[in-house]
Amino acid sequence: MADIPLRVNGKEKKVSVSPETPLLWVLRDTLELTGTKFGCGAGLCGACTVHVDGNPTRSCSTPVSQVAGKSVLTIEGLGAGGLHVLQQAWIAEEVPQCGYCQTGQIMSAAALLAKTPNPTDEQITQAMNGNLCRCGTYERIRKAVHRAAGNGGAR
Amino acid sequence: MSPLSRREFVAAGVAAGAGLVIGFYLPHKASWEKESFSPNAYLRITPDNKVTIVVARSEMGQGVRTALPMILAEELEADWKQIEIEQAGASTLFGDQTTGGSASIRTTWDPMRKAGAFAREMLISAAASTWSVPRSACTAENSRIKHAATNRSFSYGELASKAATLPIPTDVTLKQSKDYKLVGQRLARVDSPAKVKGEAVFGIDFRLPGMKFAVLSRCPTIGGKVSGFDDKESKKLPGVSFVGKISDSAVAVVANSVWEAMEGRRVLSVLWDESPNKDLNTAAVMASLKQSASKKSASLFLAGDPSKVQGRHISAEYELPFMAHAAMEPGNCTAHYQGTKCELWAPTQVPQDCRDSVSTAIALDPDQVKVNVTLMGGGFGRRLEHDYAVEAALVSKLIHAPVKVIWTREDDMRFSTYRPASLHQLSATLDGSGMPIGLTHRIIAPSISGQKGQPVPNGVDPDLPDEAGPVYGLPNYAIDYVLAETPVPLGWMRSVYALQAAFALESFIDELAVAGGKDPLQYRLKLLAKDQDLPYFTTTWHTARMRGVLQLASEKAGWDKPLPAGHYRGVACFGCFASYMAEVVEITMENEQPRVHRVVAVVDCGQVVNPSILEQQIQGGIVYGLGNALRAKITIEKGRVVQGNFDDYAPLRMEETPAVEVYAVPSAEVPTGIGEPSVPPIAPALCNAIYAATKKRIRALPILS
Repeated sequence: MADIPLRVNGKEKKVSVSPETPLLWVLRDTLELTGTKFGCGAGLCGACTVHVDGNPTRSCSTPVSQVAGKSVLTIEGLGAGGLHVLQQAWIAEEVPQCGYCQTGQIMSAAALLAKTPNPTDEQITQAMNGNLCRCGTYERIRKAVHRAAGNGGAR
Repeated sequence: MSPLSRREFVAAGVAAGAGLVIGFYLPHKASWEKESFSPNAYLRITPDNKVTIVVARSEMGQGVRTALPMILAEELEADWKQIEIEQAGASTLFGDQTTGGSASIRTTWDPMRKAGAFAREMLISAAASTWSVPRSACTAENSRIKHAATNRSFSYGELASKAATLPIPTDVTLKQSKDYKLVGQRLARVDSPAKVKGEAVFGIDFRLPGMKFAVLSRCPTIGGKVSGFDDKESKKLPGVSFVGKISDSAVAVVANSVWEAMEGRRVLSVLWDESPNKDLNTAAVMASLKQSASKKSASLFLAGDPSKVQGRHISAEYELPFMAHAAMEPGNCTAHYQGTKCELWAPTQVPQDCRDSVSTAIALDPDQVKVNVTLMGGGFGRRLEHDYAVEAALVSKLIHAPVKVIWTREDDMRFSTYRPASLHQLSATLDGSGMPIGLTHRIIAPSISGQKGQPVPNGVDPDLPDEAGPVYGLPNYAIDYVLAETPVPLGWMRSVYALQAAFALESFIDELAVAGGKDPLQYRLKLLAKDQDLPYFTTTWHTARMRGVLQLASEKAGWDKPLPAGHYRGVACFGCFASYMAEVVEITMENEQPRVHRVVAVVDCGQVVNPSILEQQIQGGIVYGLGNALRAKITIEKGRVVQGNFDDYAPLRMEETPAVEVYAVPSAEVPTGIGEPSVPPIAPALCNAIYAATKKRIRALPILS
């Protein structure tokens, strides 16, 4: 056990867990931020995607010790002060079916738009290909990313 | 959750849908609810003008929390913006609450419409008598009853307490399709905002104060048992509070967090008694299916006698593997056992089965077990089982605390119930013009229900009537079923047997078209040219409706138009869950692998309730079906499932997903299934396109094996 300092959604936190605990479980079980999902535990599905210092990161395979002192953004912090333009686009395009993977999808898309405000289809595929969706919402995800980009998506 | 269980209802015998009845109040209501108007279990209107609609099916992404209330609200003439949705848990008020078989809309269409219509009429009566005007002078609109002549109106809330005192009418006139205001509209799903904000509570997210987390070590060999375990190392770890055997085949590790429980399991040492399947492998299972092929079969459908037809004979055999559902949210359930009662929060398609199985497992009466239904991160049939609920209840009983059992992805993949492997023998006799005059389809597959000890009347698995019907009106046509056996655990996976039946039949029809030298789409249209009604168990299939979807698919796909160089098309059509579906696939071949560029999908599912949700279901079903067709295969070695995660069981990703165009044939017929019918045609349509490109016929799935 160790006290590990984190900055989560702009707030300073200190968590007392084994340093090898994946960030995912610290977020979900210690900080009770359950919007970040468990899908595979092996970095294969993207359901657990968060941003660490702005970079899309698979929290299920990231030991919490690696993010000590870094800035973590989860879905709960994405739309601080209202819905993020991607969340709005996701609703407008009616993307979610079961919705389980969508928070991870949105975090991957947000990282994409932050660096590439007007992505091509190829850039969207490249950025989103690591995020699985068993409901098969990929086509609407693509549309929603384009819609958000058109609405100044990097916000 | 719903206070409905505290109320007393009596089934008033209003026949509705598939054996459902609307439950009505007894007149003596509890005092606290005197003011509210709730003429049936689906609806509650309170004086504060809250209109609450109860959804008695489970939301797993298919949109029931939006679509079912739309049906009731339509007849109620309710203001959609003002509707609140309530999820029912396991109850005795709604008939069978199983969410599966693409049945939510088709089995609740009548009860939901009547629930809304009866309430509407009672609200009209309440207003008419208050104003002392004839009922016929009053209209219901936008959650108000209006009297146009005097320009007066009441909100539904204002009428609630009066309406609650009125007798329930004996009959009601339902609206006609042309007058619908909500049904048929692309209304936004009610669950989207919470889902994009990360606020939606799936089973895995639900929390109770003091709740522990458990992961289970289950015998990796099918049918094996625990013979002993050593928990010394587990108990040394921080957070681990309990290790114990919960059943013949599983040991639970309980901790303060999921990770601590997983770590506890990692160092747990369990000794397994692996018999009797320790040498089982996939090859042996498939060989046993082949051996079963000559066993006595049951007749599913028979027209004429295909064995007596003379002509050119063609036959082929098709094979399909076991597959896993692999929903994004791994198995889980939360239980809180408290001596004389147990409450569960279950992501489940079968709340009533969970209640009954849990009550047996922990020796309580069913009414001492309360099952709340959470959102599900996908179901696809996996959550038609109740294993996760029983496990959670057993652990909670052992530790006397609330607990959430969580399955890892590997647990979910390896301890699933699988789509049955199957074998299909098809034979046909062609006449001089190359058209089939006789066709036999022999399905050799284990029975899911049979393996679970449920009835298999006359040797026919009870799912086949919805999933393996006749498509074409051939003069001599037999569909036979051989019930095979397997020790591999079986479950209902999206479209169940329809996927197998369609792959075999629609690949074979393509083979016949090729043998007859005909265009495969024109060949099918010719087979469907004559209007025929084909009775099959409780459904009657109509060749005219199948022809309709095929024709529309042909037009929308531009079947007659030339394709760019290197592009090829395939087509398939199928009927299941009482809906008709045709799909045209366009591909290129890259490194001997198909790349799907475009799919045109046409459905006839009767009245469409919400076109946006319909489009989601069809696009999603096609992506799911493409994944099945290309790669889905569960194999068994030494009695163990080999695949474990999304690397060796790899679903479709964005890069492989084609554009899917969805069209529904306009219809005012009774709505039929939509969650599954788009899945079966995609594999044969794709394989038929691959044949067009390569002249190679794929007779075994998956394609990339």
